Amino acid sequence: MNSNFSITLLLFCFALSKPSVAEEPVDFARDIQPILAENCYFCHGPDAKQRASDLRLDIEEDAKQSIIAGDANSSELYSRIRSDDPDEQMPPPDSHRSLTPDQISLIQKWIDQGGKWGQHWAYKPIVKPVIEARNAIDFFVQQQLHQQGLEFSPIADRRTLLRRVSLDLTGLPPTVEQINTFLADTSPDAYQQMVERMLQSPAYGERMAWDWLDSARYADTNGYQGDNERTMWPWRDWVIGAFNDNLPFDQFSKWQIAGDLLTNPTEEQILATGFNRNHPINGEGGRIPEENRIDYVMDMTETTGTVWLSLTFNCCRCHDHKYDQLTQDDYYSLFAFFNQTPVTGAGGNAQTAPVLSVPDQPQRLQLAKLKNELSKFESEQKRLIGALNQKQNDWELAQTKQLQETDTWSVWHPESYSAQKADLAYSNDGSLLTSGANPANDNYELTGKSDLATIQAIRLETLKHASMTAGGLARSNSSNFVLTDFAAYLIEPGKPPTRLPFKKAQADYEQTGHGAQLAIDANAQSGWAVLAPDKNVQREREAIFSFEKPVTLSPNAKIKFVLKHESIYEKHNIGRLRISLTEQKNPTLAGDTKQLLAALQQPNDSRSPAQLKLIQQKHFESDTDYQTQATKIDSINSQIKTLAKGYPKVMVMADSPKLRKTYRLNRGSYEDPLNEVSMRVPEMLAALPENITPNRLALANWLFSVDNPLTPRVSINRIWAKFFNTGLVKTLEDFGVQGEPPSHPKLLDWLAAEYRDCGWDTKHMIRLILNSRTYRQSSHTSSHLLELDPDNRLLARASRFRIPSWMIRDYALASSGRLVRKIGGRPVNSYQPKGVWEEASFGKKTYRQDSGDALYRRSIYTFWRRIAAPTMIFDNADRMTCSVISYRTNTPLHALNTLNNTTYVEAARLLASSVLKEKLTDQETLDKIYQRIVTRLPREKEIPILLAGLAHDRQQFAANNDNVISFLGVGDSPVEPNLDPVELASWTNLCIAVLNLDESLTRQ
Amino acid sequence: MKLPLPLKKVQATTRRQFFGQTGLGLGSIALSSLLNQETPDEPTGFRIPAKAKSVIYLHMAGSPSQLELFEHKPALDRLHDTQCPQEYLEGKRFAFIRGVPKMLGSQFKFQRTGQSGQWVSDRLPHLSKVIDDLCVIRSVHTEQFNHSPAQLLMQTGNPLLGYPSIGSWATYGLGSENKDLPGFMVLSSGGKTPSAGKSLWGSGFLPTIYQGVQCRTDGGDPILFLSDPKGLNRGERRKTLDAIADLNRYQHEHIGDPETITRIAQYELAFKMQISVPEVMDIGRESQSMLDLYGAKPGHVSAAESAADPRTLYKGDDPTFANNCLLARRLVESGVRFVQLYDWGWDHHGSSPGESIDETLPIKCRQIDRAVAGLITDLKQRGLLDETLVVWGGEFGRTPMMQNNVRKNLVKGFIGRDHHPHAFTMWMAGGGIKPGVYGQTDDIGYYITENAVSIRDLQSTILHQIGIDPKRFNYPYQGLKQRLIGPSDEGKVIRDILA
Repeated sequence: MNSNFSITLLLFCFALSKPSVAEEPVDFARDIQPILAENCYFCHGPDAKQRASDLRLDIEEDAKQSIIAGDANSSELYSRIRSDDPDEQMPPPDSHRSLTPDQISLIQKWIDQGGKWGQHWAYKPIVKPVIEARNAIDFFVQQQLHQQGLEFSPIADRRTLLRRVSLDLTGLPPTVEQINTFLADTSPDAYQQMVERMLQSPAYGERMAWDWLDSARYADTNGYQGDNERTMWPWRDWVIGAFNDNLPFDQFSKWQIAGDLLTNPTEEQILATGFNRNHPINGEGGRIPEENRIDYVMDMTETTGTVWLSLTFNCCRCHDHKYDQLTQDDYYSLFAFFNQTPVTGAGGNAQTAPVLSVPDQPQRLQLAKLKNELSKFESEQKRLIGALNQKQNDWELAQTKQLQETDTWSVWHPESYSAQKADLAYSNDGSLLTSGANPANDNYELTGKSDLATIQAIRLETLKHASMTAGGLARSNSSNFVLTDFAAYLIEPGKPPTRLPFKKAQADYEQTGHGAQLAIDANAQSGWAVLAPDKNVQREREAIFSFEKPVTLSPNAKIKFVLKHESIYEKHNIGRLRISLTEQKNPTLAGDTKQLLAALQQPNDSRSPAQLKLIQQKHFESDTDYQTQATKIDSINSQIKTLAKGYPKVMVMADSPKLRKTYRLNRGSYEDPLNEVSMRVPEMLAALPENITPNRLALANWLFSVDNPLTPRVSINRIWAKFFNTGLVKTLEDFGVQGEPPSHPKLLDWLAAEYRDCGWDTKHMIRLILNSRTYRQSSHTSSHLLELDPDNRLLARASRFRIPSWMIRDYALASSGRLVRKIGGRPVNSYQPKGVWEEASFGKKTYRQDSGDALYRRSIYTFWRRIAAPTMIFDNADRMTCSVISYRTNTPLHALNTLNNTTYVEAARLLASSVLKEKLTDQETLDKIYQRIVTRLPREKEIPILLAGLAHDRQQFAANNDNVISFLGVGDSPVEPNLDPVELASWTNLCIAVLNLDESLTRQ
Repeated sequence: MKLPLPLKKVQATTRRQFFGQTGLGLGSIALSSLLNQETPDEPTGFRIPAKAKSVIYLHMAGSPSQLELFEHKPALDRLHDTQCPQEYLEGKRFAFIRGVPKMLGSQFKFQRTGQSGQWVSDRLPHLSKVIDDLCVIRSVHTEQFNHSPAQLLMQTGNPLLGYPSIGSWATYGLGSENKDLPGFMVLSSGGKTPSAGKSLWGSGFLPTIYQGVQCRTDGGDPILFLSDPKGLNRGERRKTLDAIADLNRYQHEHIGDPETITRIAQYELAFKMQISVPEVMDIGRESQSMLDLYGAKPGHVSAAESAADPRTLYKGDDPTFANNCLLARRLVESGVRFVQLYDWGWDHHGSSPGESIDETLPIKCRQIDRAVAGLITDLKQRGLLDETLVVWGGEFGRTPMMQNNVRKNLVKGFIGRDHHPHAFTMWMAGGGIKPGVYGQTDDIGYYITENAVSIRDLQSTILHQIGIDPKRFNYPYQGLKQRLIGPSDEGKVIRDILA
């Protein structure tokens, strides 16, 4: 009793000293659950394996057994957390966890107030608070400020606002023209108009895309050993374009998760799915493909979970979540959506299918040029066709006559014939039939005379016979043959045989990959085969071999034919064959001739479509002009085809046609499947609709359904964080019970609801934020505010924060005037110290610095090698896994980078050059430089410091010409010849100083 | 005035973040001392009495063969050139071995060394002389048998990319002892950084301030962008920095943001680093006898990075690793917390003479033997060995079988071993570790038979020796208290080897 009394007294004192605790009713989800999650859930939480007793403190019914509502002192839970007895005490001493007196008193208060349960804030449905105020943001922020007895800071001055908006929306400083325009605009909505101009700038998409690339772990190589180069950048350009087009966020997301599954998806929608193929690929030799594949699918699962839900799924690879009600089954059920990928995990191909070919800008131009030519040739061809059609009747008559008069083929009768292994028998119709031995491979030789004056071509007929398999063409299993070589020799007495080369081979049927041409190529194993997809081998086939030069046989000469069957397919030897010769140039296949004649002899109006087509084709082909035009068209088409082969291939998503079963994996091991799971969303959230097929598209739609409160909250919170450095929920990556509750819960819900209700219009939300009083405050920090709210969570001032390293570089380039404002395209290699790639890759990856404009592109276009990220970038997400938070640290290494890196030294020189060219006074020059870097003019106190430095540098440089030359020689761009080098060097050093000011590196 | 509770919690984290940002800036003040203000989510209470101030970790990337260096197995020698028994193949997967390989006896002789009389390869004559200072652990095992994941597991506790390395954890927990130098520095030799690349010294989800700083010894800046721009002398740079500081101070008066003060310190430290790094990196300042102790050659620029054929590296006695060992001593002497050396070229599959046990391993041994022995001797002479933990090893071991995918039979220049995760040898020295031999494997060195040591055990032991309780030491990220040793409590400090 005594001890109880003293503790109560103690707690009473605590309560007195902490009025905020005493005044507010305790909210379970906000105040109690985080304490339980932190300290108790490890053993009394969702994870079945870790659970130390039957008691679960994450489930209302269970937890309530340990409390007596309204009476903390009689409650087991309370007495255990308060106990000093090591056997009783909770959390137990060896758990390394303990509750603070504050937390214990909160739990007491909660029980005393009735121990009411409540849902975790992030999973509650979003209720849009109804408010009367003009700007909801200001209403909610001010409400909380007033509770603390605070007011908004004054509105920042116009130059500060302009610079702030410019950096926030474009990642670039305002130009002098933009400064003048804005300052001159006295209209009441000048600020809103300025925001609007920035939102419409193409630089907006580039600025917004950076964070998205971080979360998409975008890089230009695979990572791991090998680190092969990929071509995912068309996807990066798509992201930039999508932001600039203000593609509604739900569309933006659905396309990226499941664009391929939309009905008749556009190329753009498929391209968007590159999002989930940006993960690293491990091509190391000894890897098991399935092990890789599982890694990739886990990456997709966790990335999706983090980006759209801010749930920390990765814990559940191996076990149930220790704090959130996410089970390992939940994890693999979400995994199942992505597990349908056709990717096998084998190899390190940086363009692993499925891929989408997307031309780059030069290729697009080339394609347009070719298509233009093509259309010219095609219209010329149309004209020719018109003319030919006029002459159709005449041609038909002449052709019919010619075909009727000439049967150009004469059957050749060999005098001697033999096969290496089989027997050959001759018939009077000129055919030869094989029998006897049926070897795997056999070759035939046939020799004989001919009385034709000149032989232009040979016809080889393959004939069916009852003794062949299925009465077909050969004695192979399929009755198919592969003629791997067909050769002709001239035999003259007393001379060695001379080979008679063929110009071309054609056949009336060619099996895919087995054209007749392959029988006269250099490859001994490739050849002509005739098996049709319907497997019917009862059709007789023929091939024509045309000589390069016509052959004339002297009376004593003979001709010899050698037929070889040396393919890997056993017994694929021609069973019965006949050879004919012709004197006619360009003879047609007998089949063709017969068909054409038959077609011509049909009355015009009873010809079949195929016959009409054949006649037209033969007619057109007989015309030289037409042929020339057709050759040109073929050439263009083949150029287009070749061009397309060089298109960058973007890895995109697709599902295998057959559903792959998914299992829970024991400790995440691909080798150790447990129970089967199906595609579904985590059980603690609303389920997928019942009447739909679960797939990625269903998942994407579900994310944006009204039943899911997480996606709107998570995504608006990340937008907010861009403008205040911190989210309303600080843990951008974790909205679970271990995450931090929102600083302004009602504002978060209002914004989330607004984002959803306005059709996910991102620019609309940004307008709302940027036009708020809250955003437009000054960032001046009084010591009072600093002490009260060091991280500015109450928003009694604007946030002030260092800009990210990629933006620092863009910023310097823009200030210098040299930034190249080209959007998109292949990644570039800017300045980088020697040996960085080489060192990381055994010299296998050679860094080739680009030149000219490529050196001055925005950082987003810099080639990102995973094993050696660009040296100009510091403090960034590593692009290995999904990251939605950015750290800002301040190490001396960063200062060395911005002081000494060629990029910055050169930018300083270019800035100095462009201002010095105007031939102004020192003071005016200084004003210009300050405007270009920090948007404002130098203050009175600053000027002497800067001018003193300048005077010193002038003196130093004037005394050492070599130094001047070396210093101005930093960077590839030529030194402005019409400026005094000492002046230029001195002002360059001044610009380095100004570029490195805290204010320059900071958005305020 | 008090903040409502959620904001109070926020403020607490903020304070840590703020100090975290200036952790290196404040330099000599270890981060832990800033964390003494108890708040619920700060990683307090992980400090324990430290045995070592610094760590020098010598990672032999590619993984040397324990069976040629530390594991004397006469039974394996007797089985040499015979077919591998099925029991060692069934249900096993190998990176490159296919079918039934032959057993491979040691390619080099072993001899008894030191007071302890333990067997060591005759390829390591210098190391043999300091063997009584080492604790040789013959029973390490890992879960990964491919280079990148195994290296990542060893160095970051996770086989996937994106986790903080042990050096980052150490500097996050303990800060740096020298305000002018980074707390975690990385040196590489053998012509290549390891397979897993810079992720091995990345800071993962820890602030990037804790990532390892790679020192380059190839003739360029030892640290990227350390040199002033050409033509700008030190005096002018000093003036410039003074002007920046003055302007920043004025800015601070104007705006009142403490970050500006941090910025001033950051630039001041950058300047100091420009002076102190070249000094500490200049091994030319050492005496000739000291250079000879290591086999170091100041000013040597390895041709390796530009070598078209990596094998040219292994020819001759490249002193880069020796130089790095000497540098490592200079760095820990200057208060650097964690020095990580990577030496590439230990992946002896036998797929070519440049990657073979019979031809390449002896060359690699020559490159490290004198240097490592020199390092131990030097540290000891200076009384630094007690406060410096030296760790040596690869990411896994090598098979008792010969790798057979290139040559099925024994051919000179093509003798190699595949990756072997089940048992391999590492050693530790100094830093409160008791010298001796720990752990045992079976007759052919295939399986561990006594005192198995996991990667988590090793990591736990390293943290323990530098004064960190590995179980309590964590960082909140993605809803978890992330730890180097992973979420489960499998890792144990190897108490038996503590002095």
